[in-house]
Amino acid sequence: MIEVQQITKRYGQHTALDRVSFSVAKGEVLAFLGPNGAGKTTTMRILTCFMPSTEGTAKVAGFDCADQPMEVKRRIGYLPETPPVYQELTVAEYLTFVGRLRGLSGKTLTSSMQREVERLGLGTVQQRLIGNLSRGFRQRVGLAQALLHDPPILILDEPTVGLDPKQIIEIRELIKNLAGSHSVILSTHILPEATAVCQRVVIISGGRIVAEDTPEQLSARLRQSEKISLTLKSPVADTNSRLKAVSGVQNVFAGGDSGTYLLECELGKDVREEVARLAVASGWGLLELKAISMTLEDVFLQLTRHEEALAPDAVVASVEPAG
Amino acid sequence: MTPVQAIIAKELRSYFVSPVVYAVGAVFLLVVGLLAYLYVVFAGAQAIQLMQVQGSAQLNLNDLVFRNLFASTRFILLIILPILTMRLFAEERKLRTFEFLLTSPIRINEIVVGKFMGVFLVFLGLLGLTSIMPLMLALFSDFDWYPVLTGYLGLVLLGALFLSVGVLASALTENQIVAAFVSIGLLLVLWLLSGLGSLLGDTAVGQAVSYVSFMEHYDHLVRGLVDTKDLVYFFSAVVLMLFLAHRVVDSARWK
Repeated sequence: MIEVQQITKRYGQHTALDRVSFSVAKGEVLAFLGPNGAGKTTTMRILTCFMPSTEGTAKVAGFDCADQPMEVKRRIGYLPETPPVYQELTVAEYLTFVGRLRGLSGKTLTSSMQREVERLGLGTVQQRLIGNLSRGFRQRVGLAQALLHDPPILILDEPTVGLDPKQIIEIRELIKNLAGSHSVILSTHILPEATAVCQRVVIISGGRIVAEDTPEQLSARLRQSEKISLTLKSPVADTNSRLKAVSGVQNVFAGGDSGTYLLECELGKDVREEVARLAVASGWGLLELKAISMTLEDVFLQLTRHEEALAPDAVVASVEPAG
Repeated sequence: MTPVQAIIAKELRSYFVSPVVYAVGAVFLLVVGLLAYLYVVFAGAQAIQLMQVQGSAQLNLNDLVFRNLFASTRFILLIILPILTMRLFAEERKLRTFEFLLTSPIRINEIVVGKFMGVFLVFLGLLGLTSIMPLMLALFSDFDWYPVLTGYLGLVLLGALFLSVGVLASALTENQIVAAFVSIGLLLVLWLLSGLGSLLGDTAVGQAVSYVSFMEHYDHLVRGLVDTKDLVYFFSAVVLMLFLAHRVVDSARWK
């Protein structure tokens, strides 16, 4: 549905996007991850025909963004970073205006409005001025606007910003439900969001794509070693060296007095059984033993931080259970 | 409803829920009404004087009231119309709805024309309310309607020109005050060009400079002269200003 090839965007001397290529299949949800100023919004603006790219081509539903912008615009629902709402209009008036701009009228318009009002829980605020609504409601009105003409492609710039936790879950559910019938690109800072709703993640940094894969494979690919977290009730002085002696264990980091250890092992080798046997046989009081995988957060940090190598203690500080 | 009509409807709605139209409308009608009253009273005083001197008086209300009124209204419009137009694009840019408009399946010329038509309708409404003055005068006196109607035509065309300059100024910036200031400035320059033209005298350059100013074209209409040349001037000036606004809006995408 969306095909981006070698897109470059320059503002004077500054290169905002540098030969970016990716594609989104029909019904797929793609997350755009990246620090501020990485080029997420620029990419979205090019796809929605708001601004032209300096080089490269972007195609949406088979139409070129530069040559047939009207065809592209008709097929896209776009939620910019700031919800594009008119404060002086009521929710109903605003949605009517949006619908008319997109060529909806009469019964189609009424039923589309009804559908979005229900889907986004705007029933109680329909007749209120948008200027008097809270940030969360405005965001939802912005989403209703993007969905109103039931476009096959949705481009959402940080769709869950400003919502409370319950609403965030609702919106994520909504996006998950849209997957399959709609192609969705969403940008986010919130990494669990990408893991929760997206089939594929594109990590962008400094205007370049630094990684593109499923959330699971991304973390697997960047894992240089298997890591195991171990908690013991009563470790002794030589626990450290004896753990290290287990075949396959490369490194052991003790996590202070708490009896927590982080074991780095060879890739593809599961030493948990061996470690458990050792701990029980030595009477160290085994409390917990689990494999940990890098979370998307670690991957993200590692990819967007170019020069610094990931220090082992940084890993200890940020380890989280796999999931 | 076409997208242009949707924009016009939305602009009208926005104008009438904000206090701007009411404030601007009230000031406009108050000042025009007051001026009309003053000109009528002056005309009355003159009539009394003539009666005392000559024993009878034939007053020309067209000369004494309407021509003065049309000349003064020009200046009021120059100040208040930029206040009406300043928000059109500047507000969209400030509130980030600009991006939404430009990513909607609607052409930029439709946006520009829709916004212009919206504010033009507001202006026509305000102007329509001033018609109460000639109608009241017609009840108590006799005057020639023809120059009054051409004068109104002049006001409509002049208003359209002022509004199109305002649309252009509003597209240039996201600050409404700056937009209003720029359009008042541009209009004053257009106004003063006629002075520069007469200074240059009856040369080709002088005539060209005078032609660019709206003054002589408007004066013709106020005097009851409907010349195609003047109509062409107003239409082409409005189209040029809206075209420039289109270019400015389009170029804003590239930044």
